[in-house]
Amino acid sequence: MNSLLRHKGWTWGFRTTILLYFVVLIVLPILGVYYNSFSLGFGNFVESISDPIAWKSVLLTLKLAIIATLINVFLGTMIAWVLIRYQFIGKALLNSLVDLPFALPTAVGGLMILLLLGPGSLIGKAAEALGFEIVFHQPAIVIAMVFVTFPFVIRAVQPLLEELDPSEEEAAYTMGAKGTRVFWHVILPSMAPGMISGGMLAFSRALAEFGAVVLVAGNIPGRTLVSSVFIFGEVESDNPVSAAAVSVILLTLSFLILWLINMLQMRGRRS
Amino acid sequence: MRKLWIGLTYLVFFLLIAAPLGKMAIGAFSEGFGGFWDALTRPEALHALMMTGLVVIVVTLLNTLFGIMMALYLVRANWINRRLKGLLNSIVDLPYAVSPVIGGLMIVLLLGPDSALGAIFEGIGLKIVYAIPGMIIATLFVTFPLMVREVMPVLQEIGSQQEEAASTLGARGWTIFWKVTWPSIRWAVVYGVILTVARSLGEFGAVLVVSGNIMNKTQTATTLVYQDVENFNVTAAGGIALVLAAFSAGLLLLMEWTKRRKEVQ
Amino acid sequence: MHVEVRGLNKHFGDFHAVKDVNFTITKGHLIGLLGPSGGGKTSILRMLAGLETPDNGEIIFHGQTVNNLPPQERGIGFVFQNYALFKHMTVFDNIAFGLKVKKASKTAIRDRVMELVELTGLKGFEKRYPHQLSGGQRQRVAFARALAPEPQLLLLDEPFAAIDAKIRQELRAWLRELIERVGITSIFVTHDQDEAIEVADEIMIINQGQLEQKGTPWDIYKEPKTPFVATFIGESTLIEDASEVKGFKGAGDGKPTKALIRPEYIEVGNLHEFKMASATEKGVVKHLHFRGSEWLVEVEVNGHKLVTYRSLEKETLQPGQDISVLVHRAYLFNDERSWIQENNLKEDPMPIFI
Repeated sequence: MNSLLRHKGWTWGFRTTILLYFVVLIVLPILGVYYNSFSLGFGNFVESISDPIAWKSVLLTLKLAIIATLINVFLGTMIAWVLIRYQFIGKALLNSLVDLPFALPTAVGGLMILLLLGPGSLIGKAAEALGFEIVFHQPAIVIAMVFVTFPFVIRAVQPLLEELDPSEEEAAYTMGAKGTRVFWHVILPSMAPGMISGGMLAFSRALAEFGAVVLVAGNIPGRTLVSSVFIFGEVESDNPVSAAAVSVILLTLSFLILWLINMLQMRGRRS
Repeated sequence: MRKLWIGLTYLVFFLLIAAPLGKMAIGAFSEGFGGFWDALTRPEALHALMMTGLVVIVVTLLNTLFGIMMALYLVRANWINRRLKGLLNSIVDLPYAVSPVIGGLMIVLLLGPDSALGAIFEGIGLKIVYAIPGMIIATLFVTFPLMVREVMPVLQEIGSQQEEAASTLGARGWTIFWKVTWPSIRWAVVYGVILTVARSLGEFGAVLVVSGNIMNKTQTATTLVYQDVENFNVTAAGGIALVLAAFSAGLLLLMEWTKRRKEVQ
Repeated sequence: MHVEVRGLNKHFGDFHAVKDVNFTITKGHLIGLLGPSGGGKTSILRMLAGLETPDNGEIIFHGQTVNNLPPQERGIGFVFQNYALFKHMTVFDNIAFGLKVKKASKTAIRDRVMELVELTGLKGFEKRYPHQLSGGQRQRVAFARALAPEPQLLLLDEPFAAIDAKIRQELRAWLRELIERVGITSIFVTHDQDEAIEVADEIMIINQGQLEQKGTPWDIYKEPKTPFVATFIGESTLIEDASEVKGFKGAGDGKPTKALIRPEYIEVGNLHEFKMASATEKGVVKHLHFRGSEWLVEVEVNGHKLVTYRSLEKETLQPGQDISVLVHRAYLFNDERSWIQENNLKEDPMPIFI
């Protein structure tokens, strides 16, 4: 593509602009966070993280994200299955609706959940009567996380199911295998890569989610304070260093997951 | 058995999407159409909607331009060595891994009034954080990968031979891009634009942190919803949210329609 | 155009793809770059086109060094292996592309495009899109498009590799005729020797980045300069020690010498069919294959399997039959040199005068 970009004056102009844009927009800010979290010294960094409110928020976020991811893997696989294997009325509509969480502002999603499950609603009242609370408690956070990460597993599993050669299943049947065995040994392994990569993307997103969560969660440290909300609180209270410290933890975790996903995808491509 | 799964699927969609939307619509009109209209035409609401519009337009324009260029360089440029390309490629995905609040935090740390760069800019009288430029930068960061990731696979798939052929026939840079490359990436770009619009429309966390959510100055539609909820003004929140949801639904339709066009290629 | 290449070198990372290649091409000639895959032929072609830059060496068109000229300015036409037609343009627009870039007038463009459409037998297809054409038709559009701006040099990268075998024959003959008619200097890359031999005026054999030999197909066949060339062209059997073949004892002056025997160098038959019976040795027929116009005979001689052809006019042989084999000549080579040697028993040691 030297041919496309070879005109000298333009070339240097374009090259520097794009690289500058890239560095200033993406690289610098990320480096900035890391730098700032250690700017008052490593000791200060450790102090910020050992604040119980801080590390409890990280643990809580991890726990809730894992639960949400597991729910999503199960639900998502089921829905992907239904949308690919069965024909029924409204299938196209449902298939399009899957992408809704990608299109909808997270704050709107949070509001929707708040209205549906909050103290003023039918479900909220019913739950209260039954003795468990949803909004401003952990279940609501999990529901919010499930909502925003809904499409990931579905969209990762669908193409795998589409590519699945019916002759693989037929071969298994001709060898005497029954439905469940075929499912576990032939179909599930083909879906597994999608379930895993979709799950990891969902997990990464759930860890980071703010908009939907902040509207439905209370901010009780250790109980309903997730890291993203904690960081927000620290910024509002003018504690940027403490905010940066926890951010660094979250970021490093997310980068690790991203890197893992990349590795898996590359290995998948090689095979 | 099959009916069970289909039924369950419908139930999930209902619980997760239809019911909440319905509830929100009811809430928005709980004071009748008048209440809905008043909430929308509040001065702060109009301002917030205008802010959102501004951010969406600027961010989409910039990231479309730079996104296409980035994709071209990452796939076609011979002058970047391969390992560097791989590194740049991974970096492109980083915004996906960053929580929006952290995204906002990063901008504040880098360009806020207390930072070195921020102080320089304020000296010239240019406020970045707690002002529109900061909001735009934060949204640019968050939406950056979208266009790049849409265009790159298409460029890889069509290969560089048509472009090489055009060069042997005498065509230069712009002609080759416009006549040969563009027709192939056109629909992917449109899809990327829709994704970018949807994402910048809905951006919340990063903008909340960077803008300071100053009513009538740096508030967007989403942060206004947040403010309304915090003030227990559910009707108003529902009204704005409904408008946003309607836009999202429209964007979703466009998304699905374009998805089909871009795959037919 | 007159093309000269001096000291051409190209590395891809650590891989030395093109090693010190030198050659000259006379104007109006049709040259085939022949060799195994990965040997460097396409790299050489692309460097001539300006699509790759050489590490060192010079490329000279008509006396002018063009190393620093981009493809746009070299006056070449390039035909890609996979046609690389512009998918979003009609046949007409594809062919017209180079002319539109030159800002030719609409009438000039139309005349030239229609001329080429006639020339390439695509009349009636001008409004079609590439995906509506067959492989052969697409390739013809690619030719027409490359020729439209009247280039001085035509470069073709395995132009027939992606085409059905049946059509390939027709297209080869058609290409040769077309190039002769237009009179343009052309270089094409192929790994198919039949194609090279049939189409080219001269062939350059490229192996592992090096030019092994350049010459007419007949020259290369008759006098291969390197063992690689000898084994590459035509079918042959390689015998590790030439001395084992009757009539070549002591070949190579005692140094370990290998022998390459072409089917045409061997004659098989019953003993009474030979004039120089003393030069023959005993062999056994292993397999016979009917080839439509002759027999392909596999014989085992002295533990070696040799392959040859036998006329249908002669008495038919049977598998397992004992027959006599005469090796008329062999291509011999060792570390120092290579040459063709006649069977030294063929000279009657005792000429009888009647």
